[in-house]
Amino acid sequence: MTTLAYTVKDSRTMLHRNLKHQLRYPSMTLMLVGIPIVLLLLFVYVFGGQLGAGFGPHEGRTAYLDYVVPGVLLIAIASAVQGTSIMVAMDMTGGIIDRFRTMAIARASVLTGHVFGSLIQTLAGLALLIGVAFGLGYRTTAGAAGWLAAIGVLALFAFALIWLAVALGLAAKSVETASNTPMFLLLLTFLGSGFVPTTTMPAGLRQFAEYQPFTPVADTVRGLLSGTAIGDHAISSIAWSLCICVAAYLWATRLYNGRRAAEPN
Amino acid sequence: MMTRTSEPGIVARQVRKSFGDHLVLDNVSLTAEQGKILALLGPNGAGKTTMVRILSTLIPADSGSMRIAGHDVVTNPDGVRAVIGVTGQFSAVDNLLTGAENLQLMADLRHLGRDAGRRRVTGLLEQFDLSDAAGKLLSVYSGGMRRRLDLAMTLVGEPQVIFLDEPTTGLDPRSRRTMWQIIRELAAAGVTILLTTQYLDEADQLADRIVVLDQGRIVAEGTPAELKGRIPGGHIQLHFAGPCMLRSAAELLPAAVPDLDQLVLQVPARGTVDSLRELLDELHEARIDVERLSIHTPDLDDVFLAVTGSHLSGQAEENLTPQGAQQG
Repeated sequence: MTTLAYTVKDSRTMLHRNLKHQLRYPSMTLMLVGIPIVLLLLFVYVFGGQLGAGFGPHEGRTAYLDYVVPGVLLIAIASAVQGTSIMVAMDMTGGIIDRFRTMAIARASVLTGHVFGSLIQTLAGLALLIGVAFGLGYRTTAGAAGWLAAIGVLALFAFALIWLAVALGLAAKSVETASNTPMFLLLLTFLGSGFVPTTTMPAGLRQFAEYQPFTPVADTVRGLLSGTAIGDHAISSIAWSLCICVAAYLWATRLYNGRRAAEPN
Repeated sequence: MMTRTSEPGIVARQVRKSFGDHLVLDNVSLTAEQGKILALLGPNGAGKTTMVRILSTLIPADSGSMRIAGHDVVTNPDGVRAVIGVTGQFSAVDNLLTGAENLQLMADLRHLGRDAGRRRVTGLLEQFDLSDAAGKLLSVYSGGMRRRLDLAMTLVGEPQVIFLDEPTTGLDPRSRRTMWQIIRELAAAGVTILLTTQYLDEADQLADRIVVLDQGRIVAEGTPAELKGRIPGGHIQLHFAGPCMLRSAAELLPAAVPDLDQLVLQVPARGTVDSLRELLDELHEARIDVERLSIHTPDLDDVFLAVTGSHLSGQAEENLTPQGAQQG
């Protein structure tokens, strides 16, 4: 077999391992998938009546549901990648990574297993969340092409954040740290256009919200699913995703290759 | 499968490694012939684990040359990785998988193919007495079972050279003996083994050659018999009632090593009745009361004592070892 064939084979083995981990650690998997669903219910039924009033006198809760779904989808991504960091850190702080490193396997496969395992988990979580949203009365104007595009934008963004989470997991000295550092991603979903239009925010915060990556992604997805204006958000969301992805990938592989090189005994 | 080379399993020449200012390995050279067991014996911090990590391609050496079964560690690490197996000090098993799944993971990563992989997994589970627990998650495994699984995982790829970093630390006496038996069988099958240990009896029992490492330097090496031959008489332990007597005795016998905690003085002996009588006369004349004494036939601790001036076993006891339970 060629080197590439071995890389693919080893990555598949590691992906298989990662998916098994998710099943064997159901409390974490359920929490990561469950939190966005709870937040969706919270935002629609607790805050939705009040927040929806801004969308017109007769709209209310249903209009807010339509508005907030892209925001909650981003929460689902930010929540899922927290699991990626934890899983990576668990691997790196355990003894098994040394075993992998002393075997003639494709070096990258350890990371790619995590990345694709997390991507599958994230997409499954998004699908479940969309199902719940439909159950609550979510209305969409999108056809198959719109849905495909929206899923593509979300998947690309998720892919980028997963690499970032891998890097954070590698950089963390302990599993506890790894479960905390990706929290800022969850915060960023709120400091953008995911839950309220940025126009309602005070200056300063508003500028920040408009120029951070979650806003163009939320606006693009909302545009594709609800027919609101997208403008240049599509381009900037793809650009953000690619930039984060490349930078995080480089950071992660650097951390991975240099790891433990200086550790005594 | 892979062809066995006629080269020694492990050859290391002048290996140096420091972490910052701290010199961990100071020109360490060692050779293990194919099918032989080489023990790297030394206290904590002697550099044993660092040597294993360097030879198993985990960390680079600062200088020196190393070949594993004919493959150069520096220029061909993947060639080395293909022929070695490593069982580290901390268990390198996947806790979220079952025993069988752990072995299957190794078989897949060694590209054994479906049928060959399955046969190997089943065979190893049987060989290591893990068949009953094969489908169970590792959370229910005992320490001994985890170690056995760990070693079984190392063997999936049928390595020619195996590194065992303190393979029996923390094991109960029975699991320890099982592990020794497995290690002997591997060597008998032609596998070269580098074993690190801080247990004298372990090195004595298993090794064809022993390299004694202290603070990154080789302080002695040879077969267990050769090393013990360097201290023909063993030692005599004098037990005292109080520290005053111990101190006076230590002044009287400059070659002896005092242990103030245990109130024991360890005196090198020549192993003859005359020399013992001389010693007792000398103590009597100096009016030093000895509570009791015990005579020890030479063991590796005497070697260690002779070459470094300090004990090895004291280090081992710190790690809550079953050392005492192992005797006899």
